[in-house]
Amino acid sequence: MDVNPPLGLLAELTHRCPLHCPYCSNPVELTTRDAELSTADWLSVLSQARELGVLQVHMSGGEPLARPDLPELVAHASGLGCYVNLVTSGLGLTSARLDNLVARGLAHVQLSAQGATRERADLLAGAKAHDRKLSAAALVKASGLPLSLNVVLHRRNHDQLAGIIELAERMGADRLELANTQYYGWALRNRDALMPTREQLAAAEPVVRAAVSRLRGTMEIIYVVADYYEPYPKPCMYGWGARQLTVAPDGTVLPCPAASAISTLRLANVRDTPLAEIWYRSESFNAYRGEDWMAEPCRTCDRRGLDFGGCRCQAFLLTGDAAATDPVCSRSPRRDVVDLVLARPPVSDLVMRR
Amino acid sequence: MITVASVPRLRRGVRLSFDHVRETHVLLFPEGVLVPNATAAAVLELCDGARSVTEITTALSRRYSGVREDDVVDVLSRLGERRVVAWT
Repeated sequence: MDVNPPLGLLAELTHRCPLHCPYCSNPVELTTRDAELSTADWLSVLSQARELGVLQVHMSGGEPLARPDLPELVAHASGLGCYVNLVTSGLGLTSARLDNLVARGLAHVQLSAQGATRERADLLAGAKAHDRKLSAAALVKASGLPLSLNVVLHRRNHDQLAGIIELAERMGADRLELANTQYYGWALRNRDALMPTREQLAAAEPVVRAAVSRLRGTMEIIYVVADYYEPYPKPCMYGWGARQLTVAPDGTVLPCPAASAISTLRLANVRDTPLAEIWYRSESFNAYRGEDWMAEPCRTCDRRGLDFGGCRCQAFLLTGDAAATDPVCSRSPRRDVVDLVLARPPVSDLVMRR
Repeated sequence: MITVASVPRLRRGVRLSFDHVRETHVLLFPEGVLVPNATAAAVLELCDGARSVTEITTALSRRYSGVREDDVVDVLSRLGERRVVAWT
């Protein structure tokens, strides 16, 4: 099949993070500081990524501000012609650090928030974070960069949805991403405590619809649905190895940010293999490209070009087979796995990320 | 109302650049990439927040023949609807 060059690179610079969000989608076993790629490694990754066709670079983590070499990496990616996005908790973002990043070509900041009120947000972040996020948002606005606010939704904050939209407006956000939790990594541990109720999702729908209409032209709102409740799966990554790649803190290259969960997949690493070879020729990136890997019901499904069979990581986590139809799909013979999760009584204990 | 006296600029956060890998102009913005056609790219390169549509048309006429103000307004209006261009 024809493989196009990638458009985006998710550069997970570190797993270190000042927050302890229970919905964290990073792996349960985090990469330690001493196993992180060096500055020289990242500079090489960014050069190789641009040569390969990458135009969007998302500096992420963990908290990318935890890396002292962040300004150097931003300058390099920007100098290569990439659009550089900082995905941050906002903690550690001072006026001086932001000015430096802007001078080095940073194009956009994506800030996370955990709730609408300080009390709830700090409880969910497991840190005194909310006020510092308000300060960070003000700094980004003053710098003139576009600001996105990113909020993960779940059973413990759906009731604050209207307040979260107001928070984004007060911050002057240009974009608001409202994403229902995806159950990977640490979040999967907390699934029974985080899963929103059907009533919460039904209540959210008109709130989001009204805000989208009211704020059109001022703030773009992206709502990511709770896929367990949907009849069809999400078009994960717009297809495996199709548009984007992730480089994890230790140099592992992932076709999907959650792909380290697929224990049957042999992942390549930038420490020993050129990025272009990994994108075009590695076993991991070719495993679920196109449609040849599909079994029934995907193979002959009229929706296979729309959702690509859903998420390979979710298929593996819920059925043990990464080539299975995403069990979220109502046409999957294993939809019962998802329905059983939804039928379980909610759990009240959240295990904070550590 | 957009007229020939209006002054277009790239919307905040939008960057126009040339991608040597794909050998095409690209529009980069938060979470997105657009590939403008050759006409749109030529117009966008002249959107500096100072030139009016008339001035952009004049500049284009030095490089291409048969450039009409109405067509430039059309191209820029479409880019405005796609939130690439803003008007000052």
